[in-house]
Amino acid sequence: METLLVIVVALLAVAALTQAVRIFEISSQIKGTDTDVKVDDRDNNTQGWLMILFLVFFFGAFAWMVNEYMDVTLPVAASEHGAEIDNLWNISMGVILTAFLVTQPLLFGFAFMFRGRKNRKATYMEHNNRLELFWTGVPAVVLAGLILYGLTTWSNVMNPENTEEPMVVEIYAKQFGWQARYAGSDNELGYANVRLIEGVNTLGVDPSDEHSANDIVTNELHLPKGRPVLLKFRSQDVIHSAYLPHFRVQMNCVPGTRTQFQFTPNITTAEMRSKPEMIKKVKRVNALRAERGEDPWEFDYVLLCNKICGAAHYNMQLKVVVEEEGAFNDWMKQQQTFAEML
Amino acid sequence: MESHEHHKETFITKYIFSTDHKMIAKQFLITGMIMGIIGVGMSLLFRLQLAWPDHEWPILDALLGKWAEDGVMTPDIYLALVTIHGTIMVFFVLTAGLSGTFSNLLIPLQIGARDMASGFINMLSYWFFFVSSVVMISSLFVENGPASAGWTIYPPLSALPQAIPGSGTGMTLWLVSMSLFIVSSLLGALNYIVTVLNLRTKGMSMTRLPLTIWAFFVTAILGVLSFPVLFSAALLLIFDRSFGTSFYLSDIMVAGELLTNQGGSPILYQHLFWFLGHPEVYIILLPALGISSEVISTNARKPIFGYRAMVGSILAIAFLSFIVWGHHMFVTGMNPFLGSVFTFTTLLIAIPSAVKAFNYITTLWKGNLQFTPAMMFSIGLVSTFITGGVTGLILGDSALDINVHDTYFVVAHFHIVMGLSAIFGLFAGVYHWFPKLFGRRMNKNLGYVHFWVTFICAYGVFFPMHFLGMAGLPRRYYTNTNFPMFDDLADINVVVSYFAIIGGIAQVIFIYNFFYSALRGKKSSQNPWRSNTLEWTTPVEHVHGNWPGEIPEVHRWPYDYSKPGADEDFIPQIVPMTEEEIATSH
Repeated sequence: METLLVIVVALLAVAALTQAVRIFEISSQIKGTDTDVKVDDRDNNTQGWLMILFLVFFFGAFAWMVNEYMDVTLPVAASEHGAEIDNLWNISMGVILTAFLVTQPLLFGFAFMFRGRKNRKATYMEHNNRLELFWTGVPAVVLAGLILYGLTTWSNVMNPENTEEPMVVEIYAKQFGWQARYAGSDNELGYANVRLIEGVNTLGVDPSDEHSANDIVTNELHLPKGRPVLLKFRSQDVIHSAYLPHFRVQMNCVPGTRTQFQFTPNITTAEMRSKPEMIKKVKRVNALRAERGEDPWEFDYVLLCNKICGAAHYNMQLKVVVEEEGAFNDWMKQQQTFAEML
Repeated sequence: MESHEHHKETFITKYIFSTDHKMIAKQFLITGMIMGIIGVGMSLLFRLQLAWPDHEWPILDALLGKWAEDGVMTPDIYLALVTIHGTIMVFFVLTAGLSGTFSNLLIPLQIGARDMASGFINMLSYWFFFVSSVVMISSLFVENGPASAGWTIYPPLSALPQAIPGSGTGMTLWLVSMSLFIVSSLLGALNYIVTVLNLRTKGMSMTRLPLTIWAFFVTAILGVLSFPVLFSAALLLIFDRSFGTSFYLSDIMVAGELLTNQGGSPILYQHLFWFLGHPEVYIILLPALGISSEVISTNARKPIFGYRAMVGSILAIAFLSFIVWGHHMFVTGMNPFLGSVFTFTTLLIAIPSAVKAFNYITTLWKGNLQFTPAMMFSIGLVSTFITGGVTGLILGDSALDINVHDTYFVVAHFHIVMGLSAIFGLFAGVYHWFPKLFGRRMNKNLGYVHFWVTFICAYGVFFPMHFLGMAGLPRRYYTNTNFPMFDDLADINVVVSYFAIIGGIAQVIFIYNFFYSALRGKKSSQNPWRSNTLEWTTPVEHVHGNWPGEIPEVHRWPYDYSKPGADEDFIPQIVPMTEEEIATSH
């Protein structure tokens, strides 16, 4: 019934539009103005002014969004390499904002300045090698800088220099959840394969491998502050992506192969919670939650899935806790080893 | 070729199985528009879900039935809508709708040919596209729903019906449809290439081709070189799905079932897919850039600035587009060195792109701008090309991509630079060549309203998404409500959805203007825009073979607008050079 109503309204709207257009056309015929596409000075003037108005509106809205929405973006990076990435981000943003803020006014400004007039004659100008060389050269030089800086950062992030041996942790993905497997006291993961999944051994760890007995499987990822951690990723079914936005870490989990990412968390959960920007964010979120009658939220790092993986893709999360070495060791002691679990 | 001269045209040979490029162009355009309405309509449905996740919408219940009982859509149908929206917009609207329409219409008309090299193959190209569209739409009606693994259909998700219901019959139909689509695209592209190379009229050297033709020509080459790779990717996927092979599958346990597949690599699929997928971006974008070059020059009453640089940048972009596909895969665990190479090649694309943007802007400088609706959309295109293009410097940089990969930052980037620019190019083309397509004119005031509402809403939809991405919000999430850290993004999502709905509904203005003008618009004169190119020397009423008499000879490049010494502010390509011009030309 409702659908029918919507269709009727839509049809009536089209009919109304038709009539409006016809009245408009007939009235302009009487007035002697041309309503079809040939544009005249009045159109050029109106549209030219609209161009410049749009520019003002566009930049105004942009400034408003920066002012209003920058608050919701991610806080400071909570990892060592993350700071480097953020630096590169800021410099790249500086470059692209400059390009954006210079070219858009030129575009809409010229559109306004040179809006057509009957007696205006356009200047015949085929090309200008010096100008073209200039705007090929400038982007080329700027890009050379960005590329060099980008590649240096990338190489630092992907091949970190180790001062100490990183702690090895496996991140295991399946529809629809995450688990972590610590390599334990020998810091070496036992062999695992989906073919070995059986009963409580949901990760398919090989019990006959000497490295597997002291592996520790958990449902939360705890990391000690300041210690390098080497995450190794595995998936049981489809491609997932382990995304740790606060640490500037992301890596796909690919069935049939293993991927890895090394980083050093350097801000504990408690420290992050007490950052002014985070206090502000939590307050804002909790005000919204209170309106909806939901429980207040306390900030936690999170690992979420960032590769479409099925119906519950939107709810595949793993709580991540960064703490001081001591607290981390205490938590570790409470966990069951793989041998105990069997 | 005796039979070519005179054969009686029936309704079927004229309107349905037509071999006339102008009719085929119209067929592509109308089919593309219908697909566009479906594709955009789907996006409005999932915008409802994203902005108001718990709200019960009777319209969803009515349209989606069992997938939205009580008016709240299920996660499965959400993913299906996202997938089919992407597929339809990328392939059916912006590839076939854009290239199919304007390559067909303009290549023979602007180079001075009677028709395409092979009218029959051209007809086949359309009908393969038509059947492909029908198969794609039919996949919406199967029991378990259409394909829902994202438009990139990465296996294993797309290979295993146990992993997601849409990977059953829906995915099979998707693959069949895309295979037909690829055949259509190849038949079309081969025809375009052969026609441009062989059938140019006397005097139409390659350096006298309008930039539209250069763009269509290079686009066709990109298609011929990259679509077969997608076909092989799809074929291997069909084998994995139906015949038990393991090209993409290895060590999988899904829904409690251990699969026997071993040794395959899902990453192989991604390499094959993006080997097409990245050139595909330019298959979509280049025709739009070509159209806007022509429209901007004509309506600025000025030569396009730096013709050779424009051609050079088209060629440079096309070449680079083949060696950057890996930037879609920085976080798949690829060798970091390989990542460096792809970062390097990707960022290089910014140089020819910047040249193009500056050349457009300089073409406006000291022009006498005629703001036709086509011109408005072309200027809008330059704006979105810049806004969307610059964020490519972020995403193409492997180190930065780590943090915004697959977030809404990516959604913002590619929708603005590729989606909006291409759709604006499509609109510009329709407004500009409508008199050539239908012999009538569109209403300009409706055109202006359509432009401004579309332009403002387009930015309103996609600009705020940058901030969502910088907040770490992943794309393809059915709802963000399971993460309290995203709670304060709800307002932005509501704003985005409002703009989407207004912008979507505003397209009714265009559709209305289009059909009303096609049937009852005012008759157009032969050369309404006072343009130089050859298509405006043909009669308003379509004739088979385009020119009733001899094909005209070309004497100059297409951009002699406001040339000093001429009486008019345009000199068509068929006008011979004067003695004085020859003396001063270089």
